[in-house]
Amino acid sequence: MTDITWLQHAKVTLALHRLREGDGNRRPLLLLHGLGEQAPAAPPPETAAWPGPVCALDFTGHGRSTIPAGGGYTSELLMADVDTALAELGEATVVGRGLGAYVGLLIAGARPELVRGAVLADGPGLAGGGGKPSSPHVPTVEASDGGPPDPYALVDLSRDLRPPDYAATFVRQANQLSGIDWPVHVAAIGRPDWLAAVVAEPGVREASIADALTHYGQENEPPVS
Amino acid sequence: MEYPGARRPDRRRTVDRHGLQLAVWEWGEESAPPLLLAHGGFDFAGTFDVFAPALADGGWRVVAWDHRGHGDSEHAVLYSWDADLRDMLAVLDTVSRRPIPFVGHSKGGNITLQLAEACPHRVSHVVNIDGLPSRNRAPDVADHERTKMLAGELSGWLDFRRGAVGRARKPGTLDELAKRRQRMNPRLPLDWLRYLVTIGAREDEDGWRWKIDPIMRFGGFGPWRPEWALERLPGLGAPLLAFFGTEPEPMGWSTTPDSVARYMPAGARMEVIEGVGHFIHIERPREVADAVLEFLS
Repeated sequence: MTDITWLQHAKVTLALHRLREGDGNRRPLLLLHGLGEQAPAAPPPETAAWPGPVCALDFTGHGRSTIPAGGGYTSELLMADVDTALAELGEATVVGRGLGAYVGLLIAGARPELVRGAVLADGPGLAGGGGKPSSPHVPTVEASDGGPPDPYALVDLSRDLRPPDYAATFVRQANQLSGIDWPVHVAAIGRPDWLAAVVAEPGVREASIADALTHYGQENEPPVS
Repeated sequence: MEYPGARRPDRRRTVDRHGLQLAVWEWGEESAPPLLLAHGGFDFAGTFDVFAPALADGGWRVVAWDHRGHGDSEHAVLYSWDADLRDMLAVLDTVSRRPIPFVGHSKGGNITLQLAEACPHRVSHVVNIDGLPSRNRAPDVADHERTKMLAGELSGWLDFRRGAVGRARKPGTLDELAKRRQRMNPRLPLDWLRYLVTIGAREDEDGWRWKIDPIMRFGGFGPWRPEWALERLPGLGAPLLAFFGTEPEPMGWSTTPDSVARYMPAGARMEVIEGVGHFIHIERPREVADAVLEFLS
């Protein structure tokens, strides 16, 4: 059982899990799960060397967070879930798996002053629905059995479109506005089009999660108040 | 409150979409052939109170619904284009399994085009009222400028979401709400907007409030590219009648016949109504209804 802080994002209650206390004067690490997953029960081994607290968020419709009626998910909405967590945590380094990697990129570009490095890793939902629409259809969604993950989340977020130039825009914002040298590290082996475009941008380095965290951990001095 | 030519729907019912309640409104005989009417963003079915009766009196069962979060439909937790499309299909499933005509204004027109492509077996005719996509873009700006522009949009949206817990719409008198709406609908008569307040707003102890979910706001950002919808237009199989106004206004799509001519499917009809803005069917209900009835006959 992890220590949970309940956060309110509009009508959704989000579960922010504290997986390890760490040094409370150091910047926290925020883990973002993949599509259909939830926050892990314990800190993953590759985060062992992180000096600060290790936290993990359950996205809307996942884990212990609210399952809304009638779907309507977008990655941008999940980005706002993460922003709700940042309102609680302040500056954080983000590690995202799959869907969480894409959302981690979005928030790194949208809140460059708060996200001190984003690590993008493999996981479920990495590709999304591709870079442009394919043959259209309106998928049938089964009613939820009440437990996570929300079937609508699985449908909506496996179809959401991720144009490479759109993804690249978020890298450029992180580059120009974060003030850090390597705002994005790509640990994923998979290369959907959006991620290939991200890797091609300046300011993006390929590295394992552990190496990327060593880099961000070295920059992770206690905040000056 | 009354307005010349306005008639409230003959029937109201509710469609349950996996726990989300959608308000459905109908004008005309229940046994008449059905057509589906889709309103635009930030509107509600009651904005068809003059236009829909004109179609119903022409022999149609006119079915409209309030989009999620709009009018008398439930405020949802999440909103998206795909969710609106699914809601539309859920309403359609309660009306007919056979192909029927669709009439859509603005965003409702654009969603209809997507449904017609995804489910061509459900759509017999498409009438689009200032809801065709276009290539309109912000004028070219330097790359760095564009980044700053997007950054402002993103942080503004996130700040708005951070402040959204328990947010309520601002109360006011009936007149104040009508005048507030007139800023976005500057061409529509104030008496019409007052009439809309009595349907699209509710009276609380401290005043009137628009029913629309306060989490919704204008503007925004996202991955969608207008050319994706444009590229689909030539493949539309159902007959298409598209209306264009000539007067620019805040809610308008600024799509001109010239800008979409090369994308129009074979046989499509383009009707340009001179001297009207975005709400063509509200400014000229009789003229638009007659053209629609003739197109469907």
